[in-house]
Amino acid sequence: MNADAPFAPWEDETATPLIEFSNVTKRFGTFTAIDDIDLKIYPQEFFALLGPSGCGKTTLMRMLGGFETVTDGRITIDGTDMNGIPPNKRAVNMMFQSYALFPHLTVAQNLAFGLKRSDMPKSEIDGRVEEMLRLVQLQKFASRKPHQMSGGQRQRVALARALAKAPKLLLLDEPLGALDKKLRQETQFELMDIQEKTGTTFVIVTHDQEEAMTVASRIAVMDHGKLKQVDTPDRIYEAPSSVYVADFIGDVNIIEGQVTQLAEDTAELSWGEGKPAIRGMAGENLSISTSGAFAVRPEKVAIFTEEPMDRHNRVSGIVEDIAYLGNMSTYYVRLESGALIKSQIANNRRISRRSITWGDTVWLSWTDTAGIVLAS
Amino acid sequence: MKKPSWFNVVSLTVGFAFLYIPMIVLVIFSFNESKLVSVWGGFSTKWYGELMQNRAFLDAAWVTLKVGFISSTIATVLGTMAAFVLVRAGRFRGRTLFSGMIYAPLVMPEVITGLSLLLLFIAVGMDRGVSTIVLAHATFSMCYVSVVVSSRMATFDESLEEAALDLGCSPWDAFRSVTLPIIAPAVASGWLLAFTLSLDDLVIASFTAGPSATTLPIKIYSSVRLGVSPEINALSTIIIGLVTIGVLVASITSKRAIQKQKRGELLAEH
Repeated sequence: MNADAPFAPWEDETATPLIEFSNVTKRFGTFTAIDDIDLKIYPQEFFALLGPSGCGKTTLMRMLGGFETVTDGRITIDGTDMNGIPPNKRAVNMMFQSYALFPHLTVAQNLAFGLKRSDMPKSEIDGRVEEMLRLVQLQKFASRKPHQMSGGQRQRVALARALAKAPKLLLLDEPLGALDKKLRQETQFELMDIQEKTGTTFVIVTHDQEEAMTVASRIAVMDHGKLKQVDTPDRIYEAPSSVYVADFIGDVNIIEGQVTQLAEDTAELSWGEGKPAIRGMAGENLSISTSGAFAVRPEKVAIFTEEPMDRHNRVSGIVEDIAYLGNMSTYYVRLESGALIKSQIANNRRISRRSITWGDTVWLSWTDTAGIVLAS
Repeated sequence: MKKPSWFNVVSLTVGFAFLYIPMIVLVIFSFNESKLVSVWGGFSTKWYGELMQNRAFLDAAWVTLKVGFISSTIATVLGTMAAFVLVRAGRFRGRTLFSGMIYAPLVMPEVITGLSLLLLFIAVGMDRGVSTIVLAHATFSMCYVSVVVSSRMATFDESLEEAALDLGCSPWDAFRSVTLPIIAPAVASGWLLAFTLSLDDLVIASFTAGPSATTLPIKIYSSVRLGVSPEINALSTIIIGLVTIGVLVASITSKRAIQKQKRGELLAEH
């Protein structure tokens, strides 16, 4: 591989995936938790499964760990069919949401637990435990019991224990869910650092989109047991494939209308009588004269006091609310059609005098490539 | 501290007197020189000496301990297994019926349990002796063990077992090296409960005991019918002493464990 090329095995036709889901379905009684999923995850990826609770992300992960069986379809890890292989026979380790540290064992004994049950010679176990303690910076805590440690420390013990056997694949079930916000942000970078150092493939389950955006090389957005979109964080944010994904990730303005023009990568949407059509990038599966939805992020919407005649996309409305957040302000503008559009402006300068205030008629505008027209 | 009110002092005294005066009288009279139970004839430990010479009592005590150990061990194994299945098996057809059936013997009159066991032993032609008492005691105390263990199992984090499997344990190894050490205190207290129940039992034992084996409660009961002897007082005092020591040890150990836990939590904050 070219050292300068960015890490993107999913774009390489010849790359062999580490994990392959083919037509995988999981049913619990009459409830379908996973609905006919195809997915490839490549070695050394940091892959995030993101979705609301009950979307099937945890079930998908537990099937990789061997804690749930597959109703239909096939999962292979490193080319081996995983059907019928119990958790203790898989080169996969999991970090549990509750950490699941053994309360009757010390930190060092917790780390050695898996090693003692592997084919590692006894003489090497202590060295490996020491190495793992150093990796998560807990050398001083080797002889403590889990209840003698803080939440953040326990989280690191759980991570070290799961990595001790040098698995091909590490599963992380909401690994940072129990930490407070500040610690969580620090730990996210630590996780990425450790993933890079060890070269292990990580699959993380989370409902926190910010966390997924920060740590992951690719994100799978899930809903009702289906994959809505599998893509890099920037593609998910800038080019969501559906209104659901656009709405789930970050803040978005949605304008509904009819697709009136469709070129190779641009599309136009008419959204109101006598209003000029909105132009944006063309999303997937669009066809002309069907209903569509235009999605644009608030930070890409500029606000003007006079009509910006040089711009193609321009709509007018009345300022209904202004939210001052310190680093930025969000203007809530009500269009004549009734839609509420948010415009987020960075406060580059101190606002000693605000030129726009409540009740003003303003113009909102964005560039031709700022938004995307999606099939609805 | 506030000075306790007159009313509280009185009710406390009356309450404790009600509970403990009979036992205190018994202990005092066990050191009575006189053969008459109700007349004080001076301090003496001679009845303890006589007791040590009484083979019938010693044999009965030995049988009781043996029955207690074996039956409570059987009850603990079976009760733990039952608790495991009831907590872990999730919803299956007739689960409520099963758990109801486990707990029913708790409220069943002992006379009925004893009688039905007696009929069973006669039907299968089993000679009544130590083995029949062991079986009978294991049967009724198993329910108590399963109640104690299943209440612990209900709060057991199943991901601990999954983590053990994930780290390479077979299901049995996971149970032995993770689940069992964690639920051990509940299993131990289940065993103690079963042991105490077995030592205590008169009704079921008298149905299932035979001429070859008599437990201490049966022996005491039958000798009291011939008149209370100072020897019985001495024996009862020894039992009271043993129970007191047992309770003290148990409460001190659990207090130490709580203090250790608190120290650990304090340590975690640094």
